[in-house]
Parts: sequence; structure tokens; C-alpha cells
Amino acid sequence: MSTQPDLNLDYVANLARLALTEEEKREFARQLGDILHYVEKLRQVDVTGVEPMAHASPVFNVWAADVAGPGLSVEAALRNAPARRDDTIVVPKVVE
Amino acid sequence: MKFEAVIGLEVHVQLATASKMFTRVAAGYGEPANTLTDPVVLALPGALPVLNKAALDQIIKAGLILGCSIAPVCKWDRKNYFYPDSPKNYQLSQYDQPICLGGAVEIELPGPARNVMGEHKKIPLTRIHLEEDVGKLTHGAQDTLVDYNRAGTPLMEIVSEPALASADEAYAFLTSLRLALVHGGISDCDMEKGQMRCDANISIRPVGATRLGTKVELKNLNSISFVRDGIAHEIRRQLAVAAAGGTITQETRDYDGQTGTSQSLRSKEMAHDYRYFPDPDLMPVRVDEAWLAALRATIPEHHFDRQRRFMADYQLPYTITSVLVPDRGLADYFEAAARLGAAPQAAANWIANDLRRELAAAKLPLAASKLHPAHIAGLVSLVESGVISSSIAKEVFVAMFQSGEPPAAIVDRLGLRQSTDTGELEKWVSAAIAANPKAVAEFKAGNEKALNPIKGAVMKASAGKANPQRVDELARKLIG
Repeated sequence: MSTQPDLNLDYVANLARLALTEEEKREFARQLGDILHYVEKLRQVDVTGVEPMAHASPVFNVWAADVAGPGLSVEAALRNAPARRDDTIVVPKVVE
Repeated sequence: MKFEAVIGLEVHVQLATASKMFTRVAAGYGEPANTLTDPVVLALPGALPVLNKAALDQIIKAGLILGCSIAPVCKWDRKNYFYPDSPKNYQLSQYDQPICLGGAVEIELPGPARNVMGEHKKIPLTRIHLEEDVGKLTHGAQDTLVDYNRAGTPLMEIVSEPALASADEAYAFLTSLRLALVHGGISDCDMEKGQMRCDANISIRPVGATRLGTKVELKNLNSISFVRDGIAHEIRRQLAVAAAGGTITQETRDYDGQTGTSQSLRSKEMAHDYRYFPDPDLMPVRVDEAWLAALRATIPEHHFDRQRRFMADYQLPYTITSVLVPDRGLADYFEAAARLGAAPQAAANWIANDLRRELAAAKLPLAASKLHPAHIAGLVSLVESGVISSSIAKEVFVAMFQSGEPPAAIVDRLGLRQSTDTGELEKWVSAAIAANPKAVAEFKAGNEKALNPIKGAVMKASAGKANPQRVDELARKLIG
């Protein structure tokens, strides 16, 4: 399927902080293009008289009482961290 | 050309809840790093958010206090951005349907003197919405450290209209907003702990112009005084640029309160594009009249209304009300004493001066005081009915602050009752007259003030127990 003319893959990749190879760009452009075509199809549905909604189910006020429960141990919380120091996650410096 | 400043504030306030906004792990400050997380906070696959009912109550209450209209329905949106402070790569927030719209913050500007109430005005608000706080980043020389304890804490963002005209107005805005929220139990608003944070949008324009000038966003204003200083500094900077014929660049600047300087934060080439869309994991919230009525019933009297009432109903001077009213506990304490029949002005003086001084010296919070409103009421009535003099009352105050013993009991135990026994008084007064012939002669020659050393001698001889009015009468009679 052809890519969308208004799909700027470099822009999207930049927002996502992803550095893509040319090959990856071609692949993702194709995949995202498919998604946009699907959305385009949805757009063709006649929604005259349908109120805009934030959710498909007409359900409101789903909440829980403010009672604090247990969380994860530091050990468990940091298990996926690629690098850690002083019980914090170490990431590349994000300010200059 | 004459310029005027236009300032709008964005204030972030953490809500005082036990658990986080969208999950039930504890919320808190000062805990060891990464000990307040769970799968929702860390955005582990499959974790789903659930709203915190108390946070909704709190923000609606804040909206009611500030006179906002509460949206009958509101929803949740994802604000998408990639940054390590947000593990989900989006922040849950409210975009086009905030829960509170409009409203205003009543402010008081500095008066012509410390003891005169300043001008009041209302600064309109645009909106208040609910979102989640993000993690804390600590930037080092080589890398950045991430602590997710703060991530997911309920956070409301209060946005003012660009309607403030000076640094003083911004200071007054934050002072009043903070009081309203603390009194309402909505947040502790401790800026040092990051519970209240402020960004300011500042621009200048020729006086009379209706279009806003190019705005500069000032960040990192972490105390109310720094907000005032930072805004004053930025207005001066913009005026200097304009005076030199330059143009203001739209940018974000970081204000350093310690050095009183600001610097431009490197602007990213790309404008922010958060690509908001409704969050599919959270259901919208519908607010009905019953819910609003229940919350309305919990709202305390607004601090400025209370201050005006204290001045009108109790005839208290402005200065005393400015001490009592900002501290809700102290103002409640005063009203309790007044309800027990204490003369309001005397009670207010004891509380605003002596009680606060003793509490500060003992490093005690009001709640831990052994001295209750009934003690104050009792002491005031002992002075009013002439049982003790006001100087003896000071002594009784200190004693009852330390022991919590009722004032009348202290007066009896220490024999401090003012003497009105004419025989005893006459003895003291006669002795004082005999000992001060010079004063007597001067008084007889028409010098009213000459009576003072005689009265002083009597007070000294009686250890303060002689009734001053009776002493005055007797001295005149005996000399005459």
C-alpha cells in the first residue's frame, strides 16, 4: 500500500526520539501508512447525529477510594533499568 | 514611550491525598528514591489506571472555593512526549474539557501603611485541570538520575488570565491562593517541597495597547518571594531591551533566586507537539448537583471574608486580623474564646501577641498548647471585672501557659487578687504620700503628673495588687 502524502516520518521519529535507518524508515512508513488508510476508512462512516464521545461505553465515574496500598520494592522497580545508581535509574543526560 | 507589564501565572499544586492519582500506591515526599512505585506508575505492560476519588473531591472543592464553574462532564487526555520523567511517554491530563472553568483569586495589594488594609481586586482564572505529576530528574555532569516517587501524584494546574500588572500583584495572587487552598485542606502548598510550583508568562506593551506583547516564560520560581523578584527582574529586562530599541524574543528563561539573574533555556527547534487524544483507559467523570452540594458544605469561610467579618463584628484592628486570619487554627481559637464571652479585642491581643510569643519560645504548635480558649476567656474576664490588674495578668498568662491551670486558680493560689480593701489601700497610699513630699507639693501646685510617682510607690508596695483606680481616688482624697 502507498504511504500517506501527509505522513512526515522524520517528524514522527524525532518526536519519539528515535534514530531510524533508511530501511527502518521505509518499513515504518509502510506500516503507519496502513494505519492511516484504516483511519481513512473509519472517516467515511456517516456519523451525522452521533454525539462526540470520550469512550465507547457509556460508563462514568469509575474510581477507587483514596486508600494507600503497597507498592513495588526498589529492587523490583529497578529490575528493568538498563543502568542504576543510588537506587535511581541512570539515563543519558537530557539537558545541556 | 511608556510601557506596562502583563503577567499570567500557571500554578501547579499537588493535592493532599494518601495515594496517587491513577493508582493506589502511596503518594509522599522525602521517601527514599523509587520506593513509591507500582506497575501503573512505571507503566509496565498491562497496567491500567483507576481514578482517585479524593483527588476529584479536592479539585472540585478548590474550584468551588475559587468560584469556578464545575463542568458537568470532563474527560482525560494523553499529553504525548518522550522524556524520562514520564515512564508512559505520556502524561495523563485534561486538554479540552477541564473540570473547573473561570473563577477568580481575590488579592490584597500592599496598603499605604502596615496597619492599613490595601486595595483588593479579583484576578480572573482561565481554568483548573487535574493531571498527574512526573518523576524527578537530577542532572549530573555525565548523566541524569531518575526517581519516580513523585510520578503520578495528583496535581492540579491553575491557569490565570493575563491579568496581573506587577510583581507585587503576582506575589499577592500566590499568597492568597495558597491560603485559600491550605484553609480548604486541598494542599499543604509547601513550595520548598515542590507542592506548589509557579511559572510566569510575562510581556510588556505600550500603555493603552490592547494586543499582548511577545511573552517570555519564566520557570523555576520556587518560592513566593522568588516569584516576585523574578517577575520584577524580567519586567526590568524587557523594558531595557525595549528602551535600547530591541525586540523581545519569545523564549523560556530560568530565574535563579540566589543570584537574582535569569538565563535563556536553550530553545528546542521544534515547537511542542503533544498530540493530545482522549485516554481510552479512563472513563469520563460526571459531576451532579448532589456531589457539588456535599462538597460545598465542607468549604471554610474565605480568608478575606473572615478578615472583614473580624473587623466589622469584633471591631478588631486590621493589624491583628492580619495575624489571626492567615492561621486558620489561630483564628478558630480566637473565635472560640470570643464565643465563651471574652471581650474580643482583649482576647485577640492575648492570642496574637502573648500566646504566639509563648508558643514560639516553647517551639510548640497551637494544637499542643495546654492553654485553651477558655483560659483566655477566663483571664480577660478577671481583668475586666477588676480582680487582677493587667500587669498581674501577664504573670498569670505565663503561669497558665506552662501548667494549663485555670487562671482563677492561679490567682487564688498565688494571692494575686487586686486589693480593694480600703484600710489596706489607705495604709499604702499614706506611706507613699509621706515618702514623696516633693511630688505632693508639685501636685498641690497643679501638676497632675506629680501623682504618678506616688501611685508607682503604692503599686510597688502592694506588688501590683492595688487597684489603680482606687489608688488614684484615695491619693487625691488624702492629699487634698
